[in-house]
Amino acid sequence: MNHRVIIGLEVHVELKTKSKMFCKCSADYFGQKPNTHTCPVCLGLPGALPVPNQQALEWCVQIGQALNCNIPLFSKFDRKNYFYPDLAKGYQISQYDEPFCLGGHIDINGKKFGITRVHMEEDTGKLTHESDSSLIDFNRSGVPLVEIVTEPDFDNAKDVKAYLQKLQQIVRYLGVSDADMEKGQMRLEPNISVSLDVNSKTLPKYKVEVKNINSFGFVEKAINFEIERQLEILQKGERPAQETRGWNETKNATVSQRLKEEANDYRYFPEPDIPPIRWTQTQIDSLKASIPELPDEKLARFQKEYSLSEYNAEILTREVAFANYFEEAVKVAQEKTTPQQIANQIINKKINIDEILPAELIEEILKSNQTNDLDINELKLAVKKVLKDHPQIAQDFVKGKTSVIQFAIGQVMYILKKKVDVNLVRNMILEELK
Amino acid sequence: MNLNNLTIKKARQGLKDKQFSSVEVVKDCLEQIKKNDLNAFITVCKEEALEQAKQADELIKAGQDLPLLGIPVAAKDIFSTKGIKTTASSKVLENYIPEYDATVITKLKDAGAIIIGKTNCDAWAHGSSGENSDFGPVKNPWNEEYVPGGSSSGSAVSVAAQMTIAATGTDTGGSIRLPASFTNTVGLKPTYGRVSRYGVIAMASSLDTIGHFTKTVEDSAIFLKVTAGQDKNDATTPPTTVPDYEKELSGNVKGLEIGVPKEYFIQGLDPRIKANIESAIKFYEENGAEIQEISLPYTDSAIACYYIIQPAEVSSNLARYDGIRFGNLRDAFGEEAKRRIMLGTFTLSVGYYDAYYKKAMKIRTLILQDFANAFKKVDAIITPTSPTMPWKFGEKIDDPLAMYLSDAFTVTANIAGIPGLTVPTGFIDGLPVGMQILAPHFSEGLLFRIGNAFEKAHDFYKHTPYES
Repeated sequence: MNHRVIIGLEVHVELKTKSKMFCKCSADYFGQKPNTHTCPVCLGLPGALPVPNQQALEWCVQIGQALNCNIPLFSKFDRKNYFYPDLAKGYQISQYDEPFCLGGHIDINGKKFGITRVHMEEDTGKLTHESDSSLIDFNRSGVPLVEIVTEPDFDNAKDVKAYLQKLQQIVRYLGVSDADMEKGQMRLEPNISVSLDVNSKTLPKYKVEVKNINSFGFVEKAINFEIERQLEILQKGERPAQETRGWNETKNATVSQRLKEEANDYRYFPEPDIPPIRWTQTQIDSLKASIPELPDEKLARFQKEYSLSEYNAEILTREVAFANYFEEAVKVAQEKTTPQQIANQIINKKINIDEILPAELIEEILKSNQTNDLDINELKLAVKKVLKDHPQIAQDFVKGKTSVIQFAIGQVMYILKKKVDVNLVRNMILEELK
Repeated sequence: MNLNNLTIKKARQGLKDKQFSSVEVVKDCLEQIKKNDLNAFITVCKEEALEQAKQADELIKAGQDLPLLGIPVAAKDIFSTKGIKTTASSKVLENYIPEYDATVITKLKDAGAIIIGKTNCDAWAHGSSGENSDFGPVKNPWNEEYVPGGSSSGSAVSVAAQMTIAATGTDTGGSIRLPASFTNTVGLKPTYGRVSRYGVIAMASSLDTIGHFTKTVEDSAIFLKVTAGQDKNDATTPPTTVPDYEKELSGNVKGLEIGVPKEYFIQGLDPRIKANIESAIKFYEENGAEIQEISLPYTDSAIACYYIIQPAEVSSNLARYDGIRFGNLRDAFGEEAKRRIMLGTFTLSVGYYDAYYKKAMKIRTLILQDFANAFKKVDAIITPTSPTMPWKFGEKIDDPLAMYLSDAFTVTANIAGIPGLTVPTGFIDGLPVGMQILAPHFSEGLLFRIGNAFEKAHDFYKHTPYES
C-alpha cells in the first residue's frame, strides 16, 4: 500500500423516549401531521424554558457505558449558536466541553476502536422545500439526540460498516433507540482523509465529511468512492478541499455540498437555563448495573452455554428478541431436544418468532424427531462410532477439508438405516469434532 | 376615597368586608390610567379586567378567600399573557400575541388577581431609564421631566401613580430596584430561582429574576408568597419551601447585624443620597441593630463582569427573533439591543471567549464569595439603591457607559443571585430616594422584616405624586 486512509465517525441516534428532550411533547413524530407535536418550548416561543428529560440523560449515559466510556460526575449543557430556519431558538442545546461520556472504545473483528465522546443534544425541525416556498415541521424539534464520536481509528470501509452495525445492535439491545435509518433515527457522518505518507503519525491537513447516508451499504460505497477520489487528487500533487459532501444514490457518488475552509464559530457557552448535572457514583453504578447483556457477551455465552457454533450464535444474537426466543425455547424443551437442534430449527426453517410460540416450536421438533423415531442418544452413539472407525475424518477436518463432513453424514445414515434430519446429524458431528 | 390608592392588604380587607367591590377598585384604577399621560402602559386590558373583577366579586360573595382575589395587578410587557399582546416594548414583537401564560401570570390569576394591563419598559428590558422603549419613554409622576428609572419603568410608575395596586417586574441588573427608588415604591428582586422565569421573555437567563412593585413592604411579602416556589417548567427553581413571609414582619430589628459596605459609599455617590441612607442606617442603630462597616472588595469589577455575561446571554436569547416567525425583521431591533447583540457575539467568539466570558465568570465567583464572606459577619447589608438621583430625559442617552454605571450598586445582587429589596427613604428636592437591603440566598423574609420596620416608622408610601 502506498497510502494511508484515516476515517472517523460521527453518528447521531434518536432516543425513543416518550416525550421530547426538554418538554412534554410526544417524541414519536414519524409520519405524524406536521406541527401537531409542539408546545412553546419546542417552538422556541418567547419566554419558554427547557427542562431536561431524565430518562434521556440516563439513556445517554448507558450508551456511553456500553461503549466503555468514562462517566464524569459533573456534566453540563451548552448552547451552540447558529442560524437556520429549522432551529427554533437560534441555538441548539448540546454539550461542548463536558459531555456525559468520554474516552471509550469498542472491539470489532479483534480490533479496538476509540470512542472520543458520547453527548446529548436536541434534534431540529424539518424543512421541506417546495418550488416557491419552504415549509417547517417542528414535530421533530427537541427530540432527544445522542451523538457518538469516534477517534480517527478506521482505515477501511469494511470496519466502518461493522462498527456501525455493532453500534446499531448495541442501542437496540439497550432498548434506547430503534436506530432505524430509513426513519432518520440513526444518521451516519464519516470524516475521511487520505495521506500518501504511509509512516506519518499526524493527521492530514484536510478532511471530508460525508452526509445524507441512510444505509450501511451506502456508507461503504461512499467511503470507497471518497478514497479513490481523494487519492486521485493527491496523486496529482494537490490537496483535496476541506468540505462537506453528500452521498448521491443515483449518481453512486459523493457530491460537494459546502466548502468548509474554516471551522464554524458556534460561540458555545454554558446553557444558563439548565443547572449542571451532578451524578452520584451510586447513580452511575446503578445505571451500569441495569444495562442488559450486550451482543458480545451474549454471543460468547451462547457459544459456551449452548455449545452453538459461532455462526449460529451470531445469527441468534443479532436481535434481542431472537435471542430471547431461542432461550425461551431451550427452557421449554426441558432437555428433550438439544439447544443445537433448536438453533438449527430456528435458523434453517426461518421461523417467524412472532407467529410460532417457543412451545409450538419445541412440539414441532419433538414430533419430527419421533416420526424419524430417532433418539438423540442413538444418534450420538452412531456419530461417535463413525468418528472412531474413521479417524481420517477428524484429521481431514482439522486440515480444513470440510467436505469430509458429507462423508461422515453418509456413514452415520448408513448405521442408523433410516431417514433423519441431515442438519441434525451434521451438527452432532461438528459438535463431536470440536 | 379613591380605591386605587389602597394597598393590597387594605383592599383585600375592604373587599372581604364588602365595603366596596372589585369592579369599583378596577374602575378607579382604569380612571387613574386614563387621567394621566405617563405612557406607563402599552396595553390596558379594560374589558377583560372588568369582566374578571365581576367574577371576583361573585367569588367574594360566595365566600371565597384568595390572597389576591379582586386585586388589580399590572404586568411588565415582558410577561407572556395568553391572548394579550406581549411586545417586550420592542417593534420586533409589535404584534405578537402569546398562546400561553407565564407561570407567574398563572399563579397571580389562580390567586384571584386581575391583570389590568401590560406596562411599558426599556425594549427587551435593556436600560436603566425607560428611554429605550420603542413605544416612547415612561414619565416619572413625581416630575415628568425626569426618568422613572428602568427597565421596569411602566410597572414602577403604574404603582407610584396609583394606576394599579401592584405590578410585576423583572430585575437582571437593577431593573426593579432602581425604578422603585426613583418612584417611591417598594421593589423586590428575589433570589435567583425563587420565582419561575417560565414565560417571561428572557434577557440574560443566568441573571434574570422575577419580582414586583408594591406600595408597602407588607404587600411585597403577600405578593411573593403567591409568586414564589418551584416550577416544573423552570429547571432553575429549587424545591426550597416558601415561608409565610407576612409572619416575618415583626417590626423588630433588635440584635440584627447589619453591614454597611464601604465600597458603596464612594466618590460618585450623590452626597445628599449618602446623608439620606446614613440616616436610615441610624434608624436601625437606634432600634437595636448592630451596624458594622464591611468590605465587598470586588464591587468595582461588578459592572465590567455584568457587561460581559449579560450581553453574551442577550445575543443568544435574541437569536430566535430572526424575522422568520415573529413578523418583524431583525432591523426592527433598536440601538441598545443591537449594541448588546454585537458585544455578546464578540465576547463569545473563538479567540475572545477566554479573555472575556471565561474571565467574567471567574469574577462572578469572586463577587459571590464577597457576599458569602460578608454574610458570615452580618445578617444583612444596607446600601443606597442608586448612586444618583433620577436624571432628566436625554441626559445619558448618548452615553451608554454613564447609563450602565447607574446600576453599579444593584448588579452585584444579580451576579451573586442574592435577593434585594428597595424601600423608600424619603425625598430630595421633590424626587424620591430608596435604600437597598441585601440578604443571603432565600432570605426574602429577613429583607421584609428589615424593610417593614423602617416603613412602619416613616410611612413614606403614604405620599403620592397627587397629594394636595
